[in-house]
Amino acid sequence: MPAPLGEQLAEVAPSATSARRGRKKASPRLETAQSLARKQREISVSEFFLKNRHLLGFDNPQKALLTAVKEAVDNSLDACEQAGILPDLGIEIEQLSEERFRIAVEDNGPGIVRHQIPKVFGKLLYGSKFHTLRQQRGQQGIGISAAGMYGQLTTGKPVVITSRTGPTREAHHFRIVIDTTRNRPKVLEDSTIAWDKPHGTRVELELEGVYRKGARSVDQYVAQTAIANPHARIFYRSPKGEEIIYERVTDQLPPRPLEIKPHPYGVELGALMQMLRQTSSRTLKAALQSDFSRVSSRVAEEICTRAGIDPGRSPARLTPQEIERLFRAIPQVKIMAPPTNCLSPIGEEQILAGLQHVGAEFYTSVTRPPAVYRGNPFQIEAGIAYGGDLPVDGLVELMRFANRVPLLYQQSACAIFKAVMSVDWRNYGLSQAKGALPNGPCVIFVHMASAWVPFTSESKEAIASYPEILKEIRLALQECGRRLGAHIRRGRRLAEERKRRSYIEQYLPIIGESLQNLLGLSDRQRRQTVTSLQTILERSRRR
Amino acid sequence: MSKKTNKRKSSARRNGRNGIDRLTIEKIKEAAAGIHQSILRGRKPGMKFPVRALSNVHYSPSKGFFELGRRKKERTLTVTTIKTFAQTLKLMELSKELVETDDFATKRDAYYQSKNWGEARFDEQSESDAVMDDIEALFSLYGISREQLRFYPEEHGGAVAGELIVIDRDPETGERIEIDCTRFGTGSYSIPHSVEHLEFKTKAKFILAIETGGMYQRLQNQKFWKKANCILVEMGGVPTRATRRFVRRLSESARIPVYAFVDCDPYGISNIYRTLKVGSGNAAHINKFFCVPHARFLGVTPQDIIDYDLPTHPLKEVDIKRAKDALKNDPFFQQHKEWVKALKQLLKMGVRAEQQALAKWGLNYVIEEYLPAKLKNPKKFLP
Repeated sequence: MPAPLGEQLAEVAPSATSARRGRKKASPRLETAQSLARKQREISVSEFFLKNRHLLGFDNPQKALLTAVKEAVDNSLDACEQAGILPDLGIEIEQLSEERFRIAVEDNGPGIVRHQIPKVFGKLLYGSKFHTLRQQRGQQGIGISAAGMYGQLTTGKPVVITSRTGPTREAHHFRIVIDTTRNRPKVLEDSTIAWDKPHGTRVELELEGVYRKGARSVDQYVAQTAIANPHARIFYRSPKGEEIIYERVTDQLPPRPLEIKPHPYGVELGALMQMLRQTSSRTLKAALQSDFSRVSSRVAEEICTRAGIDPGRSPARLTPQEIERLFRAIPQVKIMAPPTNCLSPIGEEQILAGLQHVGAEFYTSVTRPPAVYRGNPFQIEAGIAYGGDLPVDGLVELMRFANRVPLLYQQSACAIFKAVMSVDWRNYGLSQAKGALPNGPCVIFVHMASAWVPFTSESKEAIASYPEILKEIRLALQECGRRLGAHIRRGRRLAEERKRRSYIEQYLPIIGESLQNLLGLSDRQRRQTVTSLQTILERSRRR
Repeated sequence: MSKKTNKRKSSARRNGRNGIDRLTIEKIKEAAAGIHQSILRGRKPGMKFPVRALSNVHYSPSKGFFELGRRKKERTLTVTTIKTFAQTLKLMELSKELVETDDFATKRDAYYQSKNWGEARFDEQSESDAVMDDIEALFSLYGISREQLRFYPEEHGGAVAGELIVIDRDPETGERIEIDCTRFGTGSYSIPHSVEHLEFKTKAKFILAIETGGMYQRLQNQKFWKKANCILVEMGGVPTRATRRFVRRLSESARIPVYAFVDCDPYGISNIYRTLKVGSGNAAHINKFFCVPHARFLGVTPQDIIDYDLPTHPLKEVDIKRAKDALKNDPFFQQHKEWVKALKQLLKMGVRAEQQALAKWGLNYVIEEYLPAKLKNPKKFLP
């Protein structure tokens, strides 16, 4: 917990120096172990995040608006997909005053049962996703409640939730605030209302923020979400009142990713300790086999032998030293790569469909076979859109996605950006200055699908640069790049041919006219000269 | 052109120019006819230009200037060169027209003229300048200069004063005009852009080409030309084409020597004096018209700095580089061991001195002592 520690240091430092200076005149500010003990108490999670809201993406008003929308949309899309429903989303942002907005996100998902609503929206670190290892947008159960808390902090307004689980059920309407010291929801209103949706959830919250167009705007986020989720229909009303509908371009739901157990290569020491303490298996060997993927009876025994621990021991009774030996033994044992059926890539055709939204003339996409970093399976996809309505001047637009969620901030810290920079795009017909993205009318799309995307921070803005990930992104980009290069070269040849033809048409008459003036040719002689010259040039062109 | 007029001024206007103008038009037509013939024979037409790269430039010790080698490049008419080809023809057409109407165009004029050429127009003056340089190189093979093609430079000629009568003509009527260069008072005669048509009458003994305006003014105002019976020419830094051509034609027609009087520093020696005498490397195709191979270096020499105890400034980094470069790469200086010695001496002294440093001994010391002393012994001038 960095902040409280920092505060402690700040308090302690000056009193320590004054203590040295005036030993006789005892300073009243000196603390004793007892007085410190009176101050030492548990810090609630909500309180901690209130002070460290930048960790969750609420560091400035512009970003806060985006993050709040993003958290709500992530939840809606996850819920729809888990229930096998084609998502139909409504995102509305209303500007109440210069820096105050009301956002509403509505979906046609399965809804949330009544008694869970307060906890899901009013308690941090509460959710269905943290305890499962599966590819999905949310991971920890912080997002939406943090957004609500941010709104509450800046405007004092509660979060308003409407949810209905089926046509025969009633729609529940809640107004909730968070008790930040106790990390507990406080329900202000709990009623039922008439709602025309058969099932779904609507979240409304008010918050302080700043709306800007362009890069890293909510508009851009929604547009990119539509590209990465071609199976969703999204209605968007911007703070300026513009309404955009991103129609569904495919009726195919992405295959439902399976939940997997962690792979031993990816586990950390602390996590291993916790898993062994909480396991329901009675022996160490059984625990290893049942709680990890790809651990057979033979592999489990080999790990135990290497660690010098009896496989029949009770896992809960192992000493920390023994667990550390176990931890060190794991990498020495050859274990099969994790299963990849937990991954749900967007798919090449779906990427092409999604990219149609940008209005280019050429599209290509690549889905790489699954790969593994630190025991976590992942899969990289890339796409390129080129030409058409895309702006000719300036750098290409890079769109980064992790589990179908657009990443808008911290571009340069991200593995995707680094991989794009490491490719020599001049080979593929784009110009590129040293140390910069390539130039041209081009959108580069990169998606990483994984049960555990290694973000560089909790605000989930950039993917960490593991060598395996960088390599896969590069391979996908190079494949797309080769196809782009072929397209650009073909286009250049055609343009060249057109140019040559128009050149001949433009300058031949001038040459004829000039020779006529210089040599005093007759009109007939001039025409003859021009025809003859044209034949000569046409002939050389074909050769 | 064949029609004889009884007006004296008109025939005078043409007499001196007829020959060269007829040659110019003839050569332009010849080039165009060559292209026309190739086309009629079903072959790709081309034009051969001398290569103007430095690798095709030699110093000719016998002729005494930088000369273009024999290498030629051929610009064949293909789809990619068709635009430049059309532009070259149009520019030649313009030149023919200018000669026929006895007119001229500056580089900038030519650029604006091209705006009437439809798709063949030049977008930037740099493009028309490049095509013009090619044409100039092409016709220099027949001894035709750019001025004779009637493309005049923008830049001024220098100033002239002294025992000289320039015979020019009235640009409107063609009437013969005699200009007495002793009669400009405190002012000077100014060299025109094109000097091909000028004739000279003089009894002066030499031409003194002076680097700076300040020194020229002093010699002019004190009528040094009268005292020394000479012609003063102000170069104003590196001499322009017109100045060089003027000095060349004047010295040849009057059979008098040319003495250069410049600052004693690598710029004065290797840029100003060398350009006057042997021309420049990147304009080798025109040097044969524009250099003054018999020019000699009066001063200020490195030895003068010592002999006259002149105030100096230390050589700058660029000066040292320029002098070393001249010793290492310049065939002109390498050809003359006197120059090698002088440049080495200058480098060793590590200083430079300006012409006007002579003012240390009195403002008119240069007129009363320095120049008379120097002129007593022109054989000792540096080559």
